[in-house]
Amino acid sequence: MLLIRCPWCGERAETEFSYGGEAGIKRPAAPDRLSDPEWADYLFMRRNPRGAHRELWNHAQGCRRWFSAERDTVSYRIARTWRLDEEDSG
Amino acid sequence: MSAQPNRLPEGGRIDRTRPLSFRFNRKTYEGFAGDTLASALLANDVHLVGRSFKLHRPRGIVGLGPEEPNAIVQIGRGATTTPNLRATQVALEEALEAHPVRGWPGLRYDLGYVADFASRLFGAGFYYKTFMSPQRSWPVYEKLIRRAAGFGSSPTEPDTDRYEHVNVHCDVLVAGAGPAGLMAALAAAKSGARVIVADELPEVGGTLRGSREALAGKSADDWLEDVVSELDAHSDVTLLTRACVSGYFDHNFLTIVEDVSGHVRQRQWRARARQVVLAQGAFERPLVFCNNDRPGVMMASAVSTYINRYAVRAGSRAVVFTNNDSGYRTALDLRRAGADVEAVVDSRLHAEPVEGEALTEDGVPLLRGHVVCDVAGVNRVRAVRVAKWNGDISTPVDATINIDCDLVAMSGGFSPAVHLFSQSGGRIEWDLARHCFVPGDRVQACRVAGAANGMWSLAECLGDGLAAGRAAAEACGFEAPELDAPAVDAEHAIALEPLWRVPATTDPDRCPKQFIDFQNDVSVADVRLAVREVYRNVEHVKRYTALGFGTDQGKLGNINGMAVLAECLDEPIARVGTTTFRPPYTPVSFGVAAGEGVGDLYDPVRKTAIHEWHEEAGAEFENVGQWHRPWYFPRDGENLHAAVARECVATRRSLGIMDASTLGKIDVRGPDAVTFLERIYTHDVGKMQAGRCAYGIMLGEDGMLKDDGVMARLSEQRFYLTTTTGGAAAVLAWLESWLQTEWPELDVYLTSLTDQYSTIAVAGPNSRRLLEKVGCDIDLSHDAFPFMSTREAELANVPVSLFRVSFSGELAFEVNIDSGHALAMWRLLMDAGGEFDITPYGTETMHVLRAEKGYVIVGQDTDGSVTPVDLGMKWMLSKEKDYLGRRSLARPDSTREDRKQFVGLLSVDGSTVVPEGAQLVDDSSAQNPVPMCGHVTSSYRSACLGHPIALGLVAAGRARKGETVYACAGDVEPVPVTITSPVFYDPKGDRQRDG
Repeated sequence: MLLIRCPWCGERAETEFSYGGEAGIKRPAAPDRLSDPEWADYLFMRRNPRGAHRELWNHAQGCRRWFSAERDTVSYRIARTWRLDEEDSG
Repeated sequence: MSAQPNRLPEGGRIDRTRPLSFRFNRKTYEGFAGDTLASALLANDVHLVGRSFKLHRPRGIVGLGPEEPNAIVQIGRGATTTPNLRATQVALEEALEAHPVRGWPGLRYDLGYVADFASRLFGAGFYYKTFMSPQRSWPVYEKLIRRAAGFGSSPTEPDTDRYEHVNVHCDVLVAGAGPAGLMAALAAAKSGARVIVADELPEVGGTLRGSREALAGKSADDWLEDVVSELDAHSDVTLLTRACVSGYFDHNFLTIVEDVSGHVRQRQWRARARQVVLAQGAFERPLVFCNNDRPGVMMASAVSTYINRYAVRAGSRAVVFTNNDSGYRTALDLRRAGADVEAVVDSRLHAEPVEGEALTEDGVPLLRGHVVCDVAGVNRVRAVRVAKWNGDISTPVDATINIDCDLVAMSGGFSPAVHLFSQSGGRIEWDLARHCFVPGDRVQACRVAGAANGMWSLAECLGDGLAAGRAAAEACGFEAPELDAPAVDAEHAIALEPLWRVPATTDPDRCPKQFIDFQNDVSVADVRLAVREVYRNVEHVKRYTALGFGTDQGKLGNINGMAVLAECLDEPIARVGTTTFRPPYTPVSFGVAAGEGVGDLYDPVRKTAIHEWHEEAGAEFENVGQWHRPWYFPRDGENLHAAVARECVATRRSLGIMDASTLGKIDVRGPDAVTFLERIYTHDVGKMQAGRCAYGIMLGEDGMLKDDGVMARLSEQRFYLTTTTGGAAAVLAWLESWLQTEWPELDVYLTSLTDQYSTIAVAGPNSRRLLEKVGCDIDLSHDAFPFMSTREAELANVPVSLFRVSFSGELAFEVNIDSGHALAMWRLLMDAGGEFDITPYGTETMHVLRAEKGYVIVGQDTDGSVTPVDLGMKWMLSKEKDYLGRRSLARPDSTREDRKQFVGLLSVDGSTVVPEGAQLVDDSSAQNPVPMCGHVTSSYRSACLGHPIALGLVAAGRARKGETVYACAGDVEPVPVTITSPVFYDPKGDRQRDG
């Protein structure tokens, strides 16, 4: 069970969190102007790297805040977590 | 039989003042406090304790702890009976009752033993080869196999014992409290770290306990007592005994299962450690020779420990068979215990162990360059056959020496217990010098110490433990003082020369079985057969032969199996590798896995504020998520159908009342509330006037319907949303995620009011009269309070929010009221409604009334693959703005003409209720595979309409009204149904709008 540092609450057990998938997926400003493949890319395509992965987590059973994390998909080591309004320093 | 014939007159860690009486296999025996079931059975000279899994061969106690493959027992009776326990790990108690788990009609005469005489038929892959065809017979085979297999029987009553979970944090967790673990714990404790040290045995010390070693000038037991008191003096040290570290999970999260006798039976510690020291020791390896599974053939270290720790001599005429020096020490232990040692058979040609001299002086024959080839005796060893050997595995040997004996103590060297290290993600490496798999690169913050790290001598283990404990404490930021390991007076060598199997006297594929895995009856010949049948990968060979599949998970025999596989493949063991180690390390009971989360604590139950009244009224309840909702309110022995018919008719004719409090309720407010909701909902939210309601739907970005409900605009910047009962939490989380991750610039606040407000729905032509009768301070007339609007009001002098909305198709009001007043309001309405024959109804009537109107239930009529266009809700889609999912409605797949569309379905005979979930086909006589054109999502009897109705999704269904399709479910005749509009009742909506 992962130990995750919520940027607001500190280190808590994984059972308090829910997972939000890849970070940095930006909703297109004008979906109508996108072609079908462009929209499908936003809608369906996600990175599945072996190694460092930036992703969203939600402290669902705590402060209910969303935040970003960089997690290694092999070792599950979480290098760091940061607030959505913080610069991605990595 | 005399009492405890194998018990030594003195010694051991048992309490001779506390004799305990116990029963095994329907016979009564006596042991002592401090015994395990296994040591007490051996004290009574009971070796035959089980039958093997496949061949039903008689089997005896082999080992000492969790590695025991044979002595599997069922303990106790009734609600607390426990199957699949190893007798070596069961602490003896007064009146303990144990049964062997296999053997019919009895242990000594087992009819299943015929399997052994036909064992050539039961080779590797037997199940796969035999039970594959004909395929339709598998259910029959499965029953037979399941009856033949298994390790005891589950209790049939609920467990009456309590189990608990404890969450803990510590700086250093030490798994195993043998010499290395204790030193690690002590070093960490002296630095000031918070330490948890856990060991599965009742006393710490591991192999030291009861041994004749001397440390720091003291006996082993005295030294151990000193260490324990030193640890006890540190308040930050938790020392757990009878507590097995069973799992090593991510981020240094470990589970420890502790046996507790008292107010709980077992406790699971869920520990998060900053650093971990693994010191779980090593397992001795069996040697592989013909009939090496006969009762009386035991691990040498187990024979020694039964003597030293339990004062039990497992036999009186022993043969020791070894490939390393440790076997000689067992021979000395046996001699000291008064047993005859008929020979020490050593496979090594030039071994010169220091212990040899004493044995020779004692007259014990030392047979170097010899091997035990075969064993005589069935239910107990009678003799061994020994051959001279030159060390070459390909040279057949000739067993010319016969030695009578009743005990064989075998030692094939040691394998470090790398299980937890492997679970942690660490790599396992083959050590060429020590001939064993050892921990390699670690992934998590852990260290391995002692025998688990491939250290065989006591001095090495003590030093390694100290170093690991210090390093762990320092990694946590503590300053660890220098400590000296206690002086050890004797050094013991191992000098192992590997012997993975004994060369056969005849063809190795046809000689008597040389067992590798005792529990699963896997022999050398089985591994060789698997290789001949082109299995090469160790994981495949494991599954084909069942090597290491048992409750012992191959703790004894796996390494020999891998070595035999390596020999067959002509590859080094390092290349063959090991199979994967997975938690738990030893079997764990379901009780302790569940902990307190059983019965009432299994899942929270949510009840509405009005629940008490529903119970008084005799409602039948159904579970909707965690909610207990009234399903229907039977009167005078009515069944579901009669009650629902009455409730439906009464509501449409006069007045029904329903507790709708489980609806999700979300308050949305802020300057940007409109902007936010415009992006969420498909309709034009900004055009809504304050005081107006709208039916609203939200889509996922994929364009599929996600949830629906009524949304009301209370003021310019304030909205009130309702969600489906099941969707309440998910919708709130969905809204929050968009606000936080995508649109943080929006100034909007979301508050869940689901529990704070209760909702009472009054429906039917007399609903307005009811509210007027109890006293309402606003004008409820149609003109003043039209359909789809909301008003703040006082009802019977209590503040409420009234919504003129309808899920039944009748004139209806929803009364939203502070939950503290809800029950009183309900009672008031019920009393006042007497003159209108007010009828409470539950979820079933609600479903029928809405189905008559063709209203969808999200999750019943939809399944995440249904667009609003499919549902005929195109009118709800704004053309003037973007909203979540809008773009997806223009994807080619969303605009297909042949998508399944929401329709009504009426059985052609006007009386058959179509089965819910039935598949729809165009041609009922077509041969398989029949193309399906849709399915039935909802189906009910309708008392108001006088015939059954159904809803469903049919490919291009809206254009097929009037056509007949066939509903097929299970073995019943296909039901012909006509496709219709989904709205069966009051299609223009006059009743709800103008009532």
